[in-house]
Amino acid sequence: MAIRERLSGNEAVAHAIKQINPDVMPAFPITPSTEIPQFVSTFISNGEIDTEFIPVESEHSAMSAAIGAEAAGCRTLTATSSCGMALMWEELYVAASNRLPLALALVNRALSGPININCDHSDSMGARDTGWLQIYAENNQEVYDNFIQAYRISEHKDVRLPIMICQDGFITSHAVENIELIEDEKVKAFVGTYEPENYLLNPNMPMALGPYATSPYYMETKMGQNEAMKNAKQVILDVAKEFEEISGRKYGFFEEYRMEDAEYAIVMIGSAAGTTKEAIDELRNQGKKVGLLKIRVFRPFPGDEIAKALAHTKAVAILDRSEGFRAGGGPLSAEVKEHLYDIKADTKAISYIYGLGGRDYTTEEAKMVYAQLEDMITNGTEIPQYQYIGLRK
Amino acid sequence: MRTDISKIHEKSKWQDITTGNQIYGGGTSKAFNTGEWRTSTPVLDESKCVHCLLCAPVCPDSCIPVVSGKRLAFDLDHCKGCGICAYQCKFGAITMKEGK
Amino acid sequence: MKNTIEIRWHGRGGQGAKTAALLLADVAFKTGKYVQGFPEYGPERMGAPITAYNRISNEPIRVHSNIYTPQYVIVVDESLLDAVDVTAGLREDGAIIINTPKSVEEITPHLNGYKGKVYTLDAREISMQTLGKNFPNSPMLAAIVAVSGVMEEEDFLADMQVEYQHKFAKKPEVIEGNMNALRLAFREVTK
Repeated sequence: MAIRERLSGNEAVAHAIKQINPDVMPAFPITPSTEIPQFVSTFISNGEIDTEFIPVESEHSAMSAAIGAEAAGCRTLTATSSCGMALMWEELYVAASNRLPLALALVNRALSGPININCDHSDSMGARDTGWLQIYAENNQEVYDNFIQAYRISEHKDVRLPIMICQDGFITSHAVENIELIEDEKVKAFVGTYEPENYLLNPNMPMALGPYATSPYYMETKMGQNEAMKNAKQVILDVAKEFEEISGRKYGFFEEYRMEDAEYAIVMIGSAAGTTKEAIDELRNQGKKVGLLKIRVFRPFPGDEIAKALAHTKAVAILDRSEGFRAGGGPLSAEVKEHLYDIKADTKAISYIYGLGGRDYTTEEAKMVYAQLEDMITNGTEIPQYQYIGLRK
Repeated sequence: MRTDISKIHEKSKWQDITTGNQIYGGGTSKAFNTGEWRTSTPVLDESKCVHCLLCAPVCPDSCIPVVSGKRLAFDLDHCKGCGICAYQCKFGAITMKEGK
Repeated sequence: MKNTIEIRWHGRGGQGAKTAALLLADVAFKTGKYVQGFPEYGPERMGAPITAYNRISNEPIRVHSNIYTPQYVIVVDESLLDAVDVTAGLREDGAIIINTPKSVEEITPHLNGYKGKVYTLDAREISMQTLGKNFPNSPMLAAIVAVSGVMEEEDFLADMQVEYQHKFAKKPEVIEGNMNALRLAFREVTK
């Protein structure tokens, strides 16, 4: 029997961590992720888990210590947000190229400047090319479920890549909502124990990690990382299937909401997808054929699958919660459009930016986006190929 | 099964490179004869050496073995000929000779 | 969203409006509802105006935006009436509850012509009587439960007893005072 609870997103992730009882957590506080290490250190001092908590002096050190612990053979995690992740930057690449399957609980927050502590995806989107797996959540339930699946994906022998489990700062991290928790013993059995084949603290099988890779080796190494990303696709689906057996909840690369006969679709990531669903139900009641494709897995990018799921629509709006500063849209829109092009889809695609620095996104705005798409197709109205939602002008 | 890393070289295919460039086995630098790089070679004048052992710890390549309080001959398979040992020797027992 | 009750809290940093919103989510959850309780975060400081929100529904809640047309507004600090447009978007079939010693008649002219129901509660007085300190959030929590009818008085008080035992595990002496504040406020507000 699932346990009905009400938790904030940060509490939900902390609860998953408690159930998994990882070996090591180095962390440095930054809003809005601070509560996660706070809760975990409380569990430790209460004797509920025996995770080794390492207070460090910066996020650069947090990620460095996490890399060291994971290399030593420990199941490791850390948590951060925004500028904290920016300070981890060089280490993110090191974790990925050394193929260390540690986990990062990321609470998405805008990067300075201007200084802002609220939600957008500029931190993780900036890190999209570091070689980390990235999984996003709409609500507390999803971030909890994603965290429980994290190590099964990252530690898989065909993958062995670090994984970022993302949720929207404040909007889900600090909002109390209903959630169904899974029993401790089921989570423990599902996640299993970490048994790396090679690790530094194994006296019987010595090894070295992180050697200098000269140019004759560097590209071959990168292709190895890329292959692991490709492999991760099947592993993510397999793990989701097994997770469904213990939870009853279905997960894939993305969620298709009322997409079967949709003529107009929104593609987006995160908590605002729920707001869009509400708008869709209202528009469907008026006979409008609208739908949503909510991305869960951004790395590896399930581009072919996304393009195929959108190909039957007349027009799609791709909504980014981070700027790409290519003077033409954000990263999600660039990648979705690339794959629509690859399959020669006859679908118009418009790029939108929304919700930067915590700007609210409402059902009314979602409806405005659908109305624009419809106006463009049915009346031939020209609309800007790239625009901001909710911008004062 | 661990990959035999001695079989990996600059012509290896990407599929044959170990996960995360991990190097399996301990003390693998022994198999790498950095002595090939040497353009000048330390020569020991045993009559001047008092076995003060200042040379051994300063060698960056651990090429001066010490047994029972006495230094032995240079390990020329690994000595790169940097000359630090000669520079620090207070007794003029080590000189650098051009060439291998 | 038709069956969802939407509530907006106005307070000042440090008065416990956010805590009250989370407590309301907690007690509504215990009655089997779907709930949301969330603050609107800014650069908060003690005394600065803050906003917090609740959604309470019989169905899962998916919307993650702020609340613009609430059914209920709670004003934890009367001085906010001059600083914040507290009735903005407030539905006329809803209600506003204000912490003030003034009567409904006295306070109504300060509400930008709001035509819905207005309730006043002297939460400071109740808090001073029961706790000896000004913690207006407990009385205001009882007031919104009473006015909105999200749950029965008895269930509410029983749940809050448990909540307080947990929250004040290290200072159990304040539990009784807080419970008395709730009881008093629950009756006073609907008088």
